[in-house]
This record gives sequence, C-alpha cells and structure tokens, in this order.
Amino acid sequence: MSETALAPDRPITVAPPRRAMGWFRNPWRKPRVLQFVTWGYLAWSILPVVIAIVFSFNNGRSRSTWQGFSLRWWYQDPFDSVWNDIALRSAMFQTFRLSVITVVLAVPIGTAFAIGIDRWRGRPASTANFFMLFSFVMPEIILGVSLLLLFSNLLEGAVRLGTSAQIIGLVTFQISYPFIVVRARLLSIGPEYEEAAMDLGAPPGQSLRRVLLPLLGPAILASAALVFADSVDNFVTVRYLSGPASSEPLSVKIYSAARASPTPAVNAAATIMLVSTLTVIGLAWFAYRRTTRRRGDAMSAAGLAEL
Amino acid sequence: MASGTGAATRRSRRGRSSESARSGVRYPGWYWPSFTLPGVLWLVLFFLLPFYVVVSLAFGTVDPLFRLPLPVYQPWWWSFDTFATTLEKFYAGDRIYLDPLIRTLLYVGTASLICLVLGYAIAYYTARRAGKWKGPILVLLISPFWISYLMRIYAWQSLLQPDGYINDAIGVFGVASTVWIGEPITVILGLVYGYIPFMILPLFGFLDRIDQNLLEAGRDLGAGSLQTFRRVTLPLSKPGILAGLVIVSLPMFGDYYTNDLLGSTQTSIYGNLIDDAVGQAGQGPEAGSLVLILIVIVMIPMLYYLRATRRSTGMT
Repeated sequence: MSETALAPDRPITVAPPRRAMGWFRNPWRKPRVLQFVTWGYLAWSILPVVIAIVFSFNNGRSRSTWQGFSLRWWYQDPFDSVWNDIALRSAMFQTFRLSVITVVLAVPIGTAFAIGIDRWRGRPASTANFFMLFSFVMPEIILGVSLLLLFSNLLEGAVRLGTSAQIIGLVTFQISYPFIVVRARLLSIGPEYEEAAMDLGAPPGQSLRRVLLPLLGPAILASAALVFADSVDNFVTVRYLSGPASSEPLSVKIYSAARASPTPAVNAAATIMLVSTLTVIGLAWFAYRRTTRRRGDAMSAAGLAEL
Repeated sequence: MASGTGAATRRSRRGRSSESARSGVRYPGWYWPSFTLPGVLWLVLFFLLPFYVVVSLAFGTVDPLFRLPLPVYQPWWWSFDTFATTLEKFYAGDRIYLDPLIRTLLYVGTASLICLVLGYAIAYYTARRAGKWKGPILVLLISPFWISYLMRIYAWQSLLQPDGYINDAIGVFGVASTVWIGEPITVILGLVYGYIPFMILPLFGFLDRIDQNLLEAGRDLGAGSLQTFRRVTLPLSKPGILAGLVIVSLPMFGDYYTNDLLGSTQTSIYGNLIDDAVGQAGQGPEAGSLVLILIVIVMIPMLYYLRATRRSTGMT
C-alpha cells in the first residue's frame, strides 16, 4: 500500500545516464569511435587503389595530377600504351603463362599430398606435413633468394633462370595452398562416403575417382583460383628467378617502373592484373557456392574467403 | 576452418581401420604414401636443397683471385670465415649493417603494434557491433588480399608525390606541402597498410567465435563494459592476437619493396640488405649469410605459429 502511495513522488523511469562515465559504461550505446575507425580504415585501404585505377585514364603523363579523361594509356598511344608497349604486353602474357602452369603443377601435387597425408599416419607423414606447413609461413624472400642461389650454384646449367626457374619457385611457394584447403575439406567430409563405396565393393582406385575426387571438387577448384590469383600477384619469387628481360612478368615491370618514372600505363597494367585476379576469384566463388549448395554442404563460402 | 570437426573425424577414422579390414578392402602399405611422393620429392628438391646450398655458400669460401663465391658442399670442410665477415658488419668496424637491423626491429615493432591496435578495433567492431553491415564490411576487409601488394603500395606512392592528393588534402587545412617519400613514418605506415589485413582476419575469427553468453554472464556478475572486455574478451582473443602478430611481422622482416617505393637509403631495412647483396655479382655468400641470419630470427615465431595453428585446426 505504502509503495503505491509513494509512486507519484518517485516515478519509475529509466533515467538517462547523467554523467560522462555513465555514458561510457552503457554497453548499449552506439560504438561511434569503433564505427569511425572501421570505415576510416576501409576508406584508407581501398580509396588509393580506386584512385590508381582512375588515373590509368589520365590524359597526361602524371599519375598524381588529373589532366582529363582519355584512353591514351590503354591503347591509343602508339608506343607507350599498355596495349602497344611491347615490353608491357609480353610481361602480361608472361604473368598469364606463369600463373596457368603453376596452377597445373601445384594443384595436383598439393591435392595428392593432402590425400596421402590424410590417410598415411606415422612419423614420416607428420614430418612431411610439418615441412609443407613450414613452407607456408616462411617469409617469401628466404625462399626466393635460396632458390636463386640453388639455381646459380648447385643446379647451374640444369635449370636456367627465367620461366622454368620462376615456375619452380611459384609452385614451391603455392603448393601449400591446395594442400591446406583440400586437407581442411578432407577433415570435414570424413571417411564415411568412401567407406560406403568400399562396402559396395569399389576397389581403391574407383572409390577415389568416383567418390573422393567429386567430393573434393569444390576445394580443388577453390585452391586453383587461390593459386592463380596469388601467382598473378607474386612479385618477390618471380623477380629473383627472372632471367632475361622478356621473362619479367607484370608485377616486376610495375616495380621497376615505380622506381623510375612511371606513366599511367603502369596504372593500366596494374588494373588489368587486379581485374584478372578478381575475375578468377569471383568465378571460383560462384562455382564454389553452386557446387557446395547443391550438395547441401555445411562448409560455407566464407571458408574460401578465409584463406 | 576445420576446427571442431578435426577431433571428431580423427576419432572415427581410428575406428575405420578395423572396419575396412573386416569388409575386406585392403590398401597395400605403399598405397597412401605414394600419393605424397611428388610433393615430398618437390619439397626435398626445391625447399630443403636450397637451404643446403645457402648454408654451403655461407660456410663456403671465396675464390681469392676473382672474388667468386665457392660453395662447399661437404659439411666437414665448412669454414666460418665468410659467415663471420658478414656477421662482423653488425658489430665490428663501421657496423654498416647495425643501423638497418635496428631500424628493422623498430619499424617492424611499431608497425606490428599499430596493426594490432587498429586491427583489434576493426575486428571487434565487425564481429560484434556491425549488425547488418557485417557481411559487406567483411568482404571489403578481405578485398586487399586480391589486390597485388605492389599495386597497393604503388597507389600510395602516387598519392604521396609532392603534387599528389595527400599534399592537396593537407593544404586545405593550411599545412605546407611535405616530401613524404623517404620519411620513416611513411615506411612504417606503408608496412601497416600492406600487412594489416593479415592481422584483422585472424582477430575477427577469434572475436567472432566468442560466446555471447560469456559476455552476458560477465555483465550479470556486475562487470562494466571495460571490465568485461579486459577480463573476458581480451583473454579469449589472446591466441588471435599472438597469431596475428606473428603473421604480420614475419613477412615484414623480409620486406624490401615497401621501402624501395616509399622510403630512401636512410630508411633501408633488413630486406634491403638481402636484396642489395643479391643484386651484386659475387655476393652469393653474403646473401646466403644474411638469409641464414634471417631464418634464425624468424624461426621462433614461425615454430610458435605452427604449433598454435596445429592445436586449433588439428592439421597435424
């Protein structure tokens, strides 16, 4: 009774926090600072690249002052545009060639390695596994310089610097991608499907070909896209292992140009690199989504992005 | 990615070996190991052998007449003279390698810390407070992975030119144009810019996995938001912090291109030492020795990282 009598004097409302500390302590307040930091970071991260792409359409020689729109550096200029500059064009094809061959070599080797390690238990297997993961975290300069020293000393003459040395370097650096992706997939699908196939009388080769490989398909596809995109972007390894100027891919050309006097043609070349990487990743992502969704797979596309 | 499923699969696989023996399908002992053969051969030839050559060069000799490196492939004839010559440049005489080494530690340390603070805030916001924006922000956070590192640094180099947009922007506030290229702060921020995505994603992974109930329990027990963060969130994200610091700092130790594009000889770091040695004829032993020293420097964080990921993913 007395409580109801008191009610008019002390209205029961949730008072807004009066002091600054109260505002600070309120766990449901809007995280304005964090919001600002995050969006600020995203702008910092992405705007420079967007501006660099825009400058590939610059009408002047500058890559920092806008002088109007033109396609001069894409194909109009008869000598210096990315399409007509013989060096840039051959660098583009070199990048493409290296990346395709690296995918063709690294993905099967890495996939087979993952399957083998997954089934073969014991000390040699865990040693091999360790070295594979070791090659994954190793700073690239160590691997690049070591391979250069290998090819210029012990294997001098056997492997010439240039395309073949670059491919060996790229495969060594990339081989762990398919290994890790396929291995993760093997761990998540488990042995049941294969056991069922074997119970139905499939010999080892057949259960591998008709059960395991189709199940691993999305992971193999994803790792192929990763290897391709990463090979296109690779710089350290391909630079150390390049031979004559014709074996220098686009990334090395961008680096050399950036240190000398770059024209917006370099921006155009970098844009081509970016678009090809994003296209391959995008296509693989859609294919991955489609194949995994059809099978009702629990592994989400975020898995692809996480790596 | 496969965390959680790892343990379960391993358990069921142990059960399988007896089962498949019962159902009569037998794999010969060499069957699965043979799958790893190409990979093993490749790693031995192009991963282990190169290190052997590096060691042979570092512990080899130099032709006294032509100054050509003579690698020694027999361990019993290794001499430490060449290696010692390189090592002495860090502490004896003019100590020409000491400054770059100190700079490396300074730059990598500062850049890693900035990466951590900034990355933690961004990962925290994305994992916890972004709401419906979580997906789009995540895509934008991942996008730098698919943009060539070189292009990103090149883009910054363009903006930082004397007539670039950065000087235009600060001109609005009345600040005079500055020469940015060659300043330590530019190189450090360049390193942060290049490697912070590698910090944000593992942190996001750990923060995203923290059970909301634990935070609410903390609050129910009377902890304020600061205390909840300090005593619940922070300890639970510690593995992510350590993993992030290792992933970010390892490549920074070998980075030379960021400094080549944004710095000067006054800001050269360890990667530049290696790159300069590689660029000169007859400097193979020098490059080999420097690579060997770098391997020693990064070995401990590398082994730590491998151990930590092995525990969380069940990969080994």
